[in-house]
Amino acid sequence: MNIITCIKQVPASSNVKVDSNTGVLIRESNNVKMNPYDLYGLETAFQIKEMKESVDIHAVTMGPPSAKQVLEEALYMGADEATLVSDRRFAGADVLATSYTLSQLIDHISNYDMIICGKQTTDGDTAQVGPEIAEFLNIPHVPYVVDIIEINRDGIVVKSTYDTYDEIVSVKFPCLLTLDKGSQVPRLPSYKRKQIMKTHQIETITLDDLDDQNPNHYGLNGSPTQVEEIFPPDKRSDSIQIKGSNKEVTKEIMDILAKNRYL
Amino acid sequence: MGYIKINQKKVTQDLADELQDICPFNAFDYVDQYLSINAACKVCKICVNKGPEGICEFIEETQVQINKKDYKGIAVYIEQKDNQAHKVGWELIGKAKELALKTEEPVYAIVIGNDVMKIAEEALNYGIDKVFVYQNKAYRNFNVENYTNVIEAFYRKYKVNIILVGGTMLGRSFAPRIAARLRTGLTADCTKLDIKENGDLLQIRPAFGGNIMAKIHTPNNRPQLATIRYKMFDAPPKIKRFGEIVEEPTDDIIIKTTIELLDTIHQPKVKDINDAEIIIAVGRAFKKQSDLDLIKPLQKRLNAEIACTRPLIENGWFDPRKQIGLSGRTVKPKLIINLGISGAVQYIEGMKESELIITVNHDSSNKLFDISHYAIHGDIYDILPELNKQLEVLEQ
Repeated sequence: MNIITCIKQVPASSNVKVDSNTGVLIRESNNVKMNPYDLYGLETAFQIKEMKESVDIHAVTMGPPSAKQVLEEALYMGADEATLVSDRRFAGADVLATSYTLSQLIDHISNYDMIICGKQTTDGDTAQVGPEIAEFLNIPHVPYVVDIIEINRDGIVVKSTYDTYDEIVSVKFPCLLTLDKGSQVPRLPSYKRKQIMKTHQIETITLDDLDDQNPNHYGLNGSPTQVEEIFPPDKRSDSIQIKGSNKEVTKEIMDILAKNRYL
Repeated sequence: MGYIKINQKKVTQDLADELQDICPFNAFDYVDQYLSINAACKVCKICVNKGPEGICEFIEETQVQINKKDYKGIAVYIEQKDNQAHKVGWELIGKAKELALKTEEPVYAIVIGNDVMKIAEEALNYGIDKVFVYQNKAYRNFNVENYTNVIEAFYRKYKVNIILVGGTMLGRSFAPRIAARLRTGLTADCTKLDIKENGDLLQIRPAFGGNIMAKIHTPNNRPQLATIRYKMFDAPPKIKRFGEIVEEPTDDIIIKTTIELLDTIHQPKVKDINDAEIIIAVGRAFKKQSDLDLIKPLQKRLNAEIACTRPLIENGWFDPRKQIGLSGRTVKPKLIINLGISGAVQYIEGMKESELIITVNHDSSNKLFDISHYAIHGDIYDILPELNKQLEVLEQ
């Protein structure tokens, strides 16, 4: 059984701010990490590998060359194979172009029964890429999966969690799952795996390797949505600043609550 | 449409450093006196607009333009479960009517299900032109494959300009499927919408994972698709109905899926923070779970609901339904007290419409202060014990 896991490197904190005077973006730090929901995806894949015989896990990511770091992490955790899809011509890709690029990469890898994604990334926060990849590949997707209940020869039964209810859903292979936080505890990269995998080649795929090589389908040109303008969030002009000793500011809180009839 | 071109002849080490400094995405590489842009580039054009003059240039590429006049109408997808409409649909009808005033286009609702005429009738009460109803036994439960086929059939027939979808958990799984099927853009969780005279929808949301907002448009694709969270907009008043219900045939729409719903398990009810009037929200400044006891006296006194930020959900301290923010719940309480919350924009966008906002934080540059009515500068570990003392005095 072949599983492809889509992962992404994200900022470790919300590290982009705007200087409100000049409109220039300020970069606070270069800290990056693996998207937390992708860790649940990887862990789920590893657990399937432990349950079933001959499961092959292939981690993929799209990004600049430095994004190889998350692929190494995946290999040291337990992935068998890793591929980066990277090309300057992918720059400026929105959700549609990103999903299309990843679906082209998955088509290029071609051999898969199941694709596992995190339910969303913590930087884009859209939760759209997984379902769009599934649509481009013309396969079903099941979102917000928290548990794998059963794996059969031709399909899988999973539990998905929604706002006020859970669903038990069966779906046939090939399919795509997006993973939410469930009972999985993501494992750490292991020293032993690192010794085995550190010489493992991570393949880089560019536009020239993909089936559809029309540059207009990728990057900014392949993106229907365009950012027209960026600006800092609204501020209140009437915000009241309260400073002083702990006792004084606490008294102020009490007064505000009393004035508004909450005390 | 286009790309950023670098004038290599003018590049020096200093100018390369300057560009590397200015780029928020680390997209410049300078190797062997050659400056290149890597795949991290988001084409934000800051290097063109704010960088050293004459180095970076944006080369526009024109594409075949669509005729925007051919696409008319703003359609709202009305989500239903067990033949009950989700209220976010009515809120979106309100916004759609506002937008349609500017462009003079009709407002539609789309209802998919089995035995859902009641929902269609209800939709007309909000003052829309037409409700398109797709009924079939196979549509009784939401199925992303079958429902996507319905929306595709609707769009191919009616060529609407815009489709709005509620940003519920189902909507967030459904809308991207529609977008990819129709090869068009989709903006998730818009916090504001506006429209240009030519019908271009302006979609405003936080962007790039940072504390910035982006105004996004879809200049050359139709339909324009957006999801909007529940409680982001107000539902319009019910008015005297004038529209009509159009029952659409479903015989020619393909019904085929390998997804089978085996069981639905209802979770124990928790009080929904969506509807709470008083909320105490807690964030990462709480170092351990037992420290949350510090808020108990205030919570009891105010009879408040407790809510939290995403990191505390990741810690496993709270039920995910207690999370405020664009990746959680949008709230509009009468009073919200923010304790030790760093103020990520996705959090702020989920609560900034609250009537009275009090924020306690030790960090004076906290972004939440900017939208608070009262910004209390202080550490929660100093303020809360003092507050509990003063509350106790008050009780006596």
